[in-house]
Amino acid sequence: MQYQGRIHQLQRELMGRYYAEVTRVATSDGPRAAYLLVSGNPVELLRAMDMLPVYPEINDLQLAVRKESLPYILEAEEFGYSTDNCAYVKADVGIFLRGGKTSYAQIPRPSLLVCNFVGCNVYLHWFEQLAEYFKAPVFNLDVPFVRDLDGKPEPGDVAYLVKQLEQLIEIAEKITGRRFDYQRLKRAVALARDAEDLWSEIKHLNKSSPAPFDGYFDAGTLMAPMYCLRGTEEGLHFFQEAYREVSERVEQRVGVLSQERFRYVIEGPPPWPYYRTFRDLFSRWGAVAVASTYSTVGGTWEWGFRHDPQRPLESIAEHMMLHNVSNRSLLLRYEQIRRYLEEWHAEALVIHSIKSCRLFSAGQGDMLDYFSRGLGVPTLLVESDLEDPRYFAEAQMRNRIDAFFETLEHRRLAKRAPALKGGAEPGEGAKV
Amino acid sequence: MATAVDNIAARYQEALLDPSLPLVQAWKERHPGARAVGVFPVYSPVEIVHAAGMLPVGLLGAGNQLEIAYADARFQSFICSIIKSTTEMALTGRLKVFDGLVFQGICDAARNLASVMARNLPGMRVEYLHLSQNQASPAAEDYLVGEYRRFQSAMEELSGRRVTEDGLRQSIAAYNRVRALVRVLNGLRARSPELVSALECYLLARLGATLPPEGSAPVLESALVAAQGRQARPKDRVRVVVQGSFCEVPPVELISALEEAGCYILDDDLLLGWRCYEADLPTEGDPLRSLARAYLNSVRFSSVRHGLDQPRATDLVAQAKQLRADAVIYLAAKFCEPALLDYALFRQALEQAGIPHLFLEFEEKMWLVDKPRNTIETFVESLLFD
Repeated sequence: MQYQGRIHQLQRELMGRYYAEVTRVATSDGPRAAYLLVSGNPVELLRAMDMLPVYPEINDLQLAVRKESLPYILEAEEFGYSTDNCAYVKADVGIFLRGGKTSYAQIPRPSLLVCNFVGCNVYLHWFEQLAEYFKAPVFNLDVPFVRDLDGKPEPGDVAYLVKQLEQLIEIAEKITGRRFDYQRLKRAVALARDAEDLWSEIKHLNKSSPAPFDGYFDAGTLMAPMYCLRGTEEGLHFFQEAYREVSERVEQRVGVLSQERFRYVIEGPPPWPYYRTFRDLFSRWGAVAVASTYSTVGGTWEWGFRHDPQRPLESIAEHMMLHNVSNRSLLLRYEQIRRYLEEWHAEALVIHSIKSCRLFSAGQGDMLDYFSRGLGVPTLLVESDLEDPRYFAEAQMRNRIDAFFETLEHRRLAKRAPALKGGAEPGEGAKV
Repeated sequence: MATAVDNIAARYQEALLDPSLPLVQAWKERHPGARAVGVFPVYSPVEIVHAAGMLPVGLLGAGNQLEIAYADARFQSFICSIIKSTTEMALTGRLKVFDGLVFQGICDAARNLASVMARNLPGMRVEYLHLSQNQASPAAEDYLVGEYRRFQSAMEELSGRRVTEDGLRQSIAAYNRVRALVRVLNGLRARSPELVSALECYLLARLGATLPPEGSAPVLESALVAAQGRQARPKDRVRVVVQGSFCEVPPVELISALEEAGCYILDDDLLLGWRCYEADLPTEGDPLRSLARAYLNSVRFSSVRHGLDQPRATDLVAQAKQLRADAVIYLAAKFCEPALLDYALFRQALEQAGIPHLFLEFEEKMWLVDKPRNTIETFVESLLFD
């Protein structure tokens, strides 16, 4: 039995309202839509501009979880995209080719495409192509990648990004015909900071045993409000409710699973078309993901960063550049995972390697080598995709996951075996 | 009958394609204590490496000369060949000849490769450059100057030699010379493709990406003279532009197959980063600023630089028309995300412009090129008898 708490219900209601707004913008003369990407995004700025943020990645995953993505992907492949291209891009091009029609919303045309180039090179192509298709203006927010091995910015990086944000504000002023309101920005940034406090607290609560929520599958539920509604009262309210619920569960020692047998950390985006199936493959072993790198594509707030209303643009720039997993090197991600394993008390690592997203997946074999051979952490690597259902082989996936947890179980038994056989160290009593 | 240019290109072919990098080994033996730096495609300010007294060398994969035994365990099946062959070269000790490696954010796989190299090659200096992708920003130039200055400090630290402005200007001049020769050679090919082949142009440009400019320029000059003096009559071939191979290089057998199947390759984007400027860079003024301005304003279009000033598909159509090409062959490395994404737009634009085109994928480990050769032959025939 899996956790089906209030936050899931609330999230559904919240996202329902968000997509009703998306549809309203598409079908009326309401506020203008600005397309934005998820990784380390500057949504506070769009909120202050009174533009509705529309996220192609979230639109795509809505298709995938409803098992509706394939026809959109196939349409894009027919148009000219390769089977080896990112399926998020293809599903999104499919939405364009179908005039923005989906089963859950009418997706508006963009008045502005804000390409927050945070790590993912595909983002640049994606929005450049949407600009071509929609004949809409595109602005590349060039976010310098973190080059320093300690994760620090190079001199001038933040100032460069702030200047671009100012340039973006000027462009948005022209599009909306309104002067930018810095007080509104400060308010949005303050609301974001408060939500980040709670999101961070919630993540730290998962250090408890039993874990009150799944740091991958349930965290995925919390991610959408964090990205779509960060910087709003509604978004903050959601996280207040979520924090209340999760902390109550910790106090009452209620775990996400009826019996928590394994705690693991997971790396990589989920297979949205088989989200529930994938979750069940772990739940049946009593395995809970206590932390995940995917839930930090938008921000690594658990390490302490907060937006700052006293220096809104600078903190937006710092967040985009330094405080999300997407804009940091693979080696910094290794360190992030290592900390999760240690501080969230996990015994294993699962790498979900997806074909669509090479930002995450390229080099995950090396990650496997580092954790498995280098640190002696039991590590499993499985492959599928985040959007394209053709790459999820359920039987094979089940076999791999079953074999992995069987092995973990045997390791535990083997550790106990000498004691059971009376083979304990001299002077120690046999303990079971 | 073999001519002078054949001999020049052929003389170096084996050594250039050898993943043990014998030309770099030999250079280091001739210069005891000197250092070499491998630069991954596409855009690297090699002038800075050179000005620090080191040899910048293009990391161009291993072609079909190396069996992948270890790299498949580091990078998945859906990652392109050059990432894997470069990793294989590292894991088998073939990159020990280098003292440093340089990567830039051309794609997600290349960026992650920088991390994998840093972890697997302890002691190797691995530098990662973030080149601006907002060329419209007035702040981009200052940013890029700062990034090149940071890189310059790293190269000074590695070589133990300070880079002076004069020294850097001299290095810019030295590479200007090589690039100009390659440009003239390619211009000759575009005008009179019977005089110099795409394969020869590629091998000679690769020589410029392997030897120091002082070493490659005289060879290029001889080759150019030889090509200009070649006696050859134009054949009845289809005139094509090849696009899509700006990073990973197709096997030489495939380049030859394209030509043998009946194509004159008027231009291509092989080794793009080593010949990306349409004109010489200024050798006066602030040299770091010259390099930054060149990257921001003067490089030829490619799938890994997002200028947004004009769609790349428009550039490709204009190039094909300017060269009076009969067709475009889009030759993309298997799993190359930037090339494959761009193809969607290129395809639409080429169709709208009425330019016939053929899409082909390649991998480094192609030993047999019969199948692509048949495809190209069919394409050529369809054009000749149209």
